[in-house]
Amino acid sequence: MVYDLEPLLLSLKLAGVTTFVLFMIGVPLAYWLSRSRSWVRLPIQVLVTMPLVLPPTVLGFYLLLGMSPASLFGHLFLKYLHLRLVFSFPGLVIGSVIFSLPFMVNSVLAGFEGLPPSLAEASRVLGKTERQTLFHVLLPNIKPALFTGLALTFAHTMGEFGVVLMIGGKIPGVTRVASIAVYDEVEAMNYAAAHLYAGILFAVSFAFLVLLFLVNRRFYRGIQ
Amino acid sequence: MSETLFFSLKKRLRSVQGEMSLEVEVTVGPSEFACFYGPSGAGKTTILRMIAGLTDPDEGYVKYGATVWFDSRAKINVPTRLRRTGFLFQDYALFPNMSVRENVAYAQVKRGKNRAVDAILDTVGIRALGDQYPGRLSGGQKQRVALARALMEKPDVLLLDEPLSALDWEMRVKLQKDIAKIHDRFSIPTLMVSHDPTEIARLSDMVYRLDNGRITGSGRPAEVLAVDNIVKE
Repeated sequence: MVYDLEPLLLSLKLAGVTTFVLFMIGVPLAYWLSRSRSWVRLPIQVLVTMPLVLPPTVLGFYLLLGMSPASLFGHLFLKYLHLRLVFSFPGLVIGSVIFSLPFMVNSVLAGFEGLPPSLAEASRVLGKTERQTLFHVLLPNIKPALFTGLALTFAHTMGEFGVVLMIGGKIPGVTRVASIAVYDEVEAMNYAAAHLYAGILFAVSFAFLVLLFLVNRRFYRGIQ
Repeated sequence: MSETLFFSLKKRLRSVQGEMSLEVEVTVGPSEFACFYGPSGAGKTTILRMIAGLTDPDEGYVKYGATVWFDSRAKINVPTRLRRTGFLFQDYALFPNMSVRENVAYAQVKRGKNRAVDAILDTVGIRALGDQYPGRLSGGQKQRVALARALMEKPDVLLLDEPLSALDWEMRVKLQKDIAKIHDRFSIPTLMVSHDPTEIARLSDMVYRLDNGRITGSGRPAEVLAVDNIVKE
């Protein structure tokens, strides 16, 4: 029997792109949250954490409405970037980024907040700019938090189901990721294929978390 | 040639005992070693932080010679990184990701002057530890690294926030001697916060007793500490 590996490759691609985009957005956002004393800090932190507690279908429903060509956001994307967001891969990436936001931002934020304030202060006293302090002192000392954010985001995106189904449907090769393929195959009573997808998803998540624990343990041993 | 440090600072602080108004006015001569002592929560550390620019005063000024670092009336507030102070933190604040040598070299304005790093490591007697990481050092060694790092770019003013409080007695005495030697050599206005009367008597030229945000006594260490019955002459 020939198995279709496309859903798995699509899941890997989605997880990879989402993790990259979230890293680029999440690290600056977490840094801002760790330093800001503005009143908007609280509402933004709440919004970032919302995907943890919202049912994925609720989030998916609003994203579906927001991304449809009938909405302003979806319309602008279509008009200027010629990208249709619903039932497309770019739409899935946007949905995944929002859905996995707390996994990246909260991990990195915990890293920044766990550092003694005197580290950044010492760097400033030594004549360094905020940028130099961030890149030479703060980021290198929160490597475990950065890696946790990356690993959790990747693993979480691999296993995403509700949001993806709501905004992407299950178009083979476009939006039918592995987690949805499992559901499809079970519905079709095709348990062998379901086993394959489910087993690989399980193994990938397991491997990522093992890697996460090993790397972090090594880091802490290294600095002691 | 070093200059005189002048500061007059006001700041409302919230402490465990409630609200408190910190008000101090002090002049530290070009090569003077001054010390603040007093109960915890009296505002001693805040004074050092305001001089370094890590905490903003409500009112007042900080001047190093003719250079204004802070003036609330003229709305001048020079950022910390441009003030050229050396600050020794109570928790040492060494960067865990950098070796001893890298910690010290990080302070350089222009990187790569290895000889200068070696020289300063020699001054504090830790050149042999250059490749070690802070996590593997003892408290005394850590404070020596912090001292070397603070002195790397020859600061205009040295601020020491209870630098020896976490060390055992023997290490304290050793480092007190080193600090005295370094102060003689660099000859810059130095301000220390300390709880230890012996340390104060050994190191400082002037002592300020700080109580509840106000200076309640000042003078030579022997005078002030004798009044407080801490050191009997």
